[in-house]
Amino acid sequence: MSFSNTGSVDGSRAATAVPGSRRGVSLSKWKSPRLRRVLRGTVGILGFLIVWQMVPLLGLADPQYLPPATDVIVVFVQKLTEPSFLIAVSQTMKAWVLGFGISVGSGVIIGLIIGSSTFLKRATHSTIEFLRPIPSVAMIPLAVLFFGIKLESELFLIFLAAFWPVLIQVMYGIADVDKVAEDTARSMQLGFVSRIRYLVWPTVLPYLLTGIRLAAAIALVMAITTELIIGTPGLGKSVVQAQANNQITLMFALILTSGVIGVAINGLTRVFEHQVLFWHHSVRAEIAA
Amino acid sequence: MQFDVQANAVLLTPTLSVQGVKKVYETRNGSVEAVRNLTFDLQQGEFACLVGPSGSGKTTLLKCIAGLLKPTEGLVVLDGNRVDGPPEKMAVVFQEYGRSLFPWMTVEENVRLPLKSHGLKKTERDERVHRALEAVDLHNVGRSYPWQLSGGMQQRVAIARAIVSEPAVMLMDEPFAAVDAQTRADLEDLMRQVWRDIGMTILFVTHDIDESVYLGQRVIMLSSSPTVVQDDIAIDLPIERDQLTTRSHPQFTDLRGHVYEQIQIAKRGQAAPEPDGQV
Amino acid sequence: MKFLGKIGYTIGLPAVLLLGWWAYASIVPNFFVPPPGVVATAFLDVWVSERFLTDVLPSIARLLVGLGIAILLGSALGLTIGCVRWLRDVLEPVLEFIRAIPPTITIPVLLLLVGINDTMKITVIVLGSMWPVLLNTVEGVRAIDPVLSDTAQVYRIRGFARLWHLTVPSASPQIMAGVRQSLSLGLILMVISEMFAANEGLGFAIVQFQRTFAIPEMWSGIVLLGLIGIALSIVFQIVQTRVLAWYFGLREVSNAV
Repeated sequence: MSFSNTGSVDGSRAATAVPGSRRGVSLSKWKSPRLRRVLRGTVGILGFLIVWQMVPLLGLADPQYLPPATDVIVVFVQKLTEPSFLIAVSQTMKAWVLGFGISVGSGVIIGLIIGSSTFLKRATHSTIEFLRPIPSVAMIPLAVLFFGIKLESELFLIFLAAFWPVLIQVMYGIADVDKVAEDTARSMQLGFVSRIRYLVWPTVLPYLLTGIRLAAAIALVMAITTELIIGTPGLGKSVVQAQANNQITLMFALILTSGVIGVAINGLTRVFEHQVLFWHHSVRAEIAA
Repeated sequence: MQFDVQANAVLLTPTLSVQGVKKVYETRNGSVEAVRNLTFDLQQGEFACLVGPSGSGKTTLLKCIAGLLKPTEGLVVLDGNRVDGPPEKMAVVFQEYGRSLFPWMTVEENVRLPLKSHGLKKTERDERVHRALEAVDLHNVGRSYPWQLSGGMQQRVAIARAIVSEPAVMLMDEPFAAVDAQTRADLEDLMRQVWRDIGMTILFVTHDIDESVYLGQRVIMLSSSPTVVQDDIAIDLPIERDQLTTRSHPQFTDLRGHVYEQIQIAKRGQAAPEPDGQV
Repeated sequence: MKFLGKIGYTIGLPAVLLLGWWAYASIVPNFFVPPPGVVATAFLDVWVSERFLTDVLPSIARLLVGLGIAILLGSALGLTIGCVRWLRDVLEPVLEFIRAIPPTITIPVLLLLVGINDTMKITVIVLGSMWPVLLNTVEGVRAIDPVLSDTAQVYRIRGFARLWHLTVPSASPQIMAGVRQSLSLGLILMVISEMFAANEGLGFAIVQFQRTFAIPEMWSGIVLLGLIGIALSIVFQIVQTRVLAWYFGLREVSNAV
């Protein structure tokens, strides 16, 4: 069976048919790493739910303070049909959308302006590094004074928190523009608009998408936190009300709701990011050609 | 089998024995037979080069020998012991020197790494590290970080790291493919010098035909995938070699021509792509 | 001359803004916007006093303890999960869900479970700021260069030695990114937990000032929180520069190519 001598490689080809390669196709699909991951992940979720169910039922934790998973899920499903709950969710989402939009819009505009000017970059650097680490929640009492217990307070606070990641990312993106490409563009005497379109925008886009992803998550946290502390209508306020009435299961259901919303937002932004970057890569390939 | 020759058992027992190694990968589109059957032996102190067209599973074979991959069939024997995971007396030099040296460690610390599990005293460790760095002509960059050095110097650090634990076998996976021609020539000569000084067995994988003839005492040629050993020739050039005279030696040209021919045959064997691995 | 220019840029805009604030407060007397001078005086009066001991120090102490535990726990768990492939696959969806929950929404529940005390506040900080560290650590372990991993295997570096010499240093840039996120998250949680349910602490004091319309005092509290945030950021930068010196050096070299 030794093939280690010289001898036509072709001769050995006749026996090449890899035995079971037909079978190999379906077998490999079954063992595919992707499927394995999905199965394991599902096991994880089920395991988590089972543990959550068993811990209060077995008395390891007081079921009054840690209701079993089924109780919480039942309440959650009930709530899904209640108008008051749906209204609260929509109020949170309204604040989220508006706040998120304002943050991204202003972040992009101001980021583009500052990023394109060396002078502005140097002049604003210290201010940005100074204001950035200030926790936006410190401004909550201020927001109440200025705007009262209204949507504007929420938007103000969301903006203060979600604006920075967008700004920073846009500025990183502009700084990352390929120097060689920039020189080429300038020597070709491309106008300002063309430069933005063919040079700046494609480079900034991935960074902007990261900033959008961060801002989306931060905006949700800030919306709910503001409702929690100030009492603007929304999920956060519902949690406070539930707490006041000692409705622990409801509180957990609301936490579950916020998690679902959070996952949905993360998922949507990730899909959006993929789609745009896919298009972006094909557009870049086009421009290069 | 080789081990049966009683009288000269000691002399003929190969240091490294690759026996019927076969590797099949499971991919989404079915099984891929990367390596069909590789069988060869290396004697103690031999400098053997392994050449083959791209895609001939050279890296796969090397990983199987190094114990990083388990062959689907067949086995590797080092000094009489079956290889089942990275063996003790073996060192590997990878092609991507930039990615194989630890960037958070200095050159000295990198070279000292293989000695960690050896239980040596500190003074002895330092002595060995110093000697290894001297052997590759890098005695004054111990405190630098790898990324502060040029490509050629980094690969020399990798070589120093490989020889510091005095291995019996050294595996080198196209180590000079990613450096410029001049540096490569220097490194080739350095490699022969190190080999002559220390005398370990070397299996040197390369796609550079000239390099394989210049460096080796023996060139093993691989077919294209599914890979088998296609040819195996001895390089009877003198022990003293240098870039200028050796390479213009008529015998060098002959040998190199032979290897080149074999590679072309190997490449042609893969001329028409087969669907699903069927003929 | 260049040094002066640098100073100019650093204090230029802040000075202009400060001036603008002072001008606005002088021209348009707004009860809610006291002039900078008044705020500065209030700052000294309020915080450079025994309040420092009763409100500021406890808050900072809770923050540091909470962050410390969060970082240790997050990185330890992250390393474990990252190194064990099947564990990572199993836990990933669950962790993604837990991480998506806005941490502040758990405060009312924890309040009922644990009560209004230090334990509650530290628990809130730990539970909330642990996730960026944990998830980033898992990611960092996952992204170890396969060539480095092969090298370690070939030279038989296993077990604890492998963890210490390969896994941790390789993942450290990613871990530090996670730590940075957890620092700002922890600060937010400290403030919120004190604003929501407390009887002492910085957050509590600021809310009290707001409710009693002690406006300059409220502003001074906000300034103090800002200073704490900035101090945390500076300390982080210093630590990061030391720990990741090799990483920044490496990046500089590869970017210059």
